[in-house]
Amino acid sequence: MSVPTAPAAAARATRPARRPRPPARARSEARAGYLFLLPWFVGLAALVIGPMAASAYLSFTSYDLFNDPVWVGFDNYRTMFTDDPRHLQSLRVTFTYVLASVPLRLAVALGLAVLMNRTLRGMSFYRAALYLPSLLGGSVAIAILWRQLFGGEGAINQILAFLGISGPNWIASPSTSLLTLIVLAVWQFGSPMVIFLAGLRQIPAELLEAARVDGAGTVRRFASVTLPLLTPLVFFNLVMQTIVAFQAFTPSFIISNGTGGPVDSTLFYTLYLYIKGFGEFEMGYASAMAWVLVAIIATFTAINFLGARRWVHYADES
Amino acid sequence: MATTAPTPAHLTRATPSPAVPPARRRPARRAPLATFAWHGLMLLLCVATLYPLLWMARSSVVPEEEIFASPTIVPSGVDLASYPAGWNANPPGFGTFLTNSFLICAGAVAGNLIACTLAAYAFARLRFPLKKVWFAVMLGTVMLPGHVTLIPQYALFSAVGWVGTYLPLIVPKFLATDAFFIFLLVQFMRGIPRELDEAAEIDGAGRWRAFRSVMLPLTVPALATTAVFTFIWTYEDFLGPLIYLSDLNDYPVPLGLRMFVNAMGQSSYGQLFAMSLVSLLPVFVFFLLFQRKLIAGIATTGLKG
Repeated sequence: MSVPTAPAAAARATRPARRPRPPARARSEARAGYLFLLPWFVGLAALVIGPMAASAYLSFTSYDLFNDPVWVGFDNYRTMFTDDPRHLQSLRVTFTYVLASVPLRLAVALGLAVLMNRTLRGMSFYRAALYLPSLLGGSVAIAILWRQLFGGEGAINQILAFLGISGPNWIASPSTSLLTLIVLAVWQFGSPMVIFLAGLRQIPAELLEAARVDGAGTVRRFASVTLPLLTPLVFFNLVMQTIVAFQAFTPSFIISNGTGGPVDSTLFYTLYLYIKGFGEFEMGYASAMAWVLVAIIATFTAINFLGARRWVHYADES
Repeated sequence: MATTAPTPAHLTRATPSPAVPPARRRPARRAPLATFAWHGLMLLLCVATLYPLLWMARSSVVPEEEIFASPTIVPSGVDLASYPAGWNANPPGFGTFLTNSFLICAGAVAGNLIACTLAAYAFARLRFPLKKVWFAVMLGTVMLPGHVTLIPQYALFSAVGWVGTYLPLIVPKFLATDAFFIFLLVQFMRGIPRELDEAAEIDGAGRWRAFRSVMLPLTVPALATTAVFTFIWTYEDFLGPLIYLSDLNDYPVPLGLRMFVNAMGQSSYGQLFAMSLVSLLPVFVFFLLFQRKLIAGIATTGLKG
């Protein structure tokens, strides 16, 4: 491993820099820069760029990890969209999940941030309490908990029964199983909420006061002052949360026991990729799936950026 | 690159140090009734949000038959028998899973701290050719879904005989593959006045000394954020261990918990919840210790999750 040697080498290399001759200084600084970056460069080459190239190549092959890859051209990509209903199903599930959970999560996060943007003793406690689920969110324990909460005899149905509603077995029924995963995602509204809160604190009180003097009510002040000033953060959260949501894996794996069931209703894209690659050892096919995921995420990010021109308001623009 | 535009620049600029929480305003005087109502509302929201966790905590200390008998969060009594039973329920035992998790996390934290800090210093302070290009590449890797490198990385680690060891989970961290933390540290270092480390260099310190003796001590808050989040994300990671580990004795907590679910009959939910809660304990502890820092870190940099 090259890491432990890098600092020592950097120290040696920078010693001549003491002489104040500018060109030599610049050269030694450049050398130091590259030495400090050495671990990152090794990682980039060996674990990012190299594997990306390999995965691009593998996506055009049939590869089971044990035998040499066999070139099959566009077959993997063709099969994915014409001859693999499970792949299409995993796309459907993932799109539903992203399109439902991201806006809901952001709306809840924004709503609570606005609610909490006031001075009240103990507010830091409330803020921490509401953030906690986000920190635990990715863990197996929470996925297990969710499976029991939304089970046929789980606590959620008992609460519903108390209200006179007879709930389904959320996890076991194909029509509701994905919903429980969306609820889980929305429950983890903490990170965007904290970002919104920080943004709300930056809004100049004079602006809101001026609007109040002009006769704007609470709703009007929020719609005309707060929200426009917050749009850069809404945009930031939208982009980041979309990228993260497309890659969700652990909850669907745990809740469906790694199958994506019932009847593939929780077959997330990443779960199907895992099943193909590490369950059925179709590594070429899984690589092709990974590139489709990259294309999807890039497309969504681009759409977000293009759409942003219409509604994101930057303070220094006007 | 893509991430720079949406970054809430006015936030990072307004609060140069992620460790400094926004200034607390003095509570304004309000009608006591309104204040009372607000506390009521906030407490209600907290209980609603934390209900699943409270239910799990309660379910770990009541007799088996009571768990699914009602959705209440107040236990009828406290019986801790599920804890020792769950701790010893699976062959290697939960103690082994925890130890394994801590080993992996220690390696990952050390790796991220060393490699990401070095890279961040270069991006934040040093001038070298193609810096902007490399910085853009670095930001690009933050957004890249890990799945696209997953399979070739597996093939690579398999070829060098690392599958079945902790090396695939630790070594990449020493090569700064968690570029996200490089970004976080760069943002933080940029907020530190240049004069401080320039003065050190004028005094004759080399760049390595300026980095180690001036920059590193000033970067401690961001290093703490990096360490804590690396710990928590590594500790919660499920896919990595799932792919690379196969020996029960090597299992970290997430795999141990999952084995628990698979191996258990329907009648030992108490143990399952007890161990689930134990598995969350390290994260709770870090959260309580570093709560302010973590929240400020998210607010300024937008950590994912």
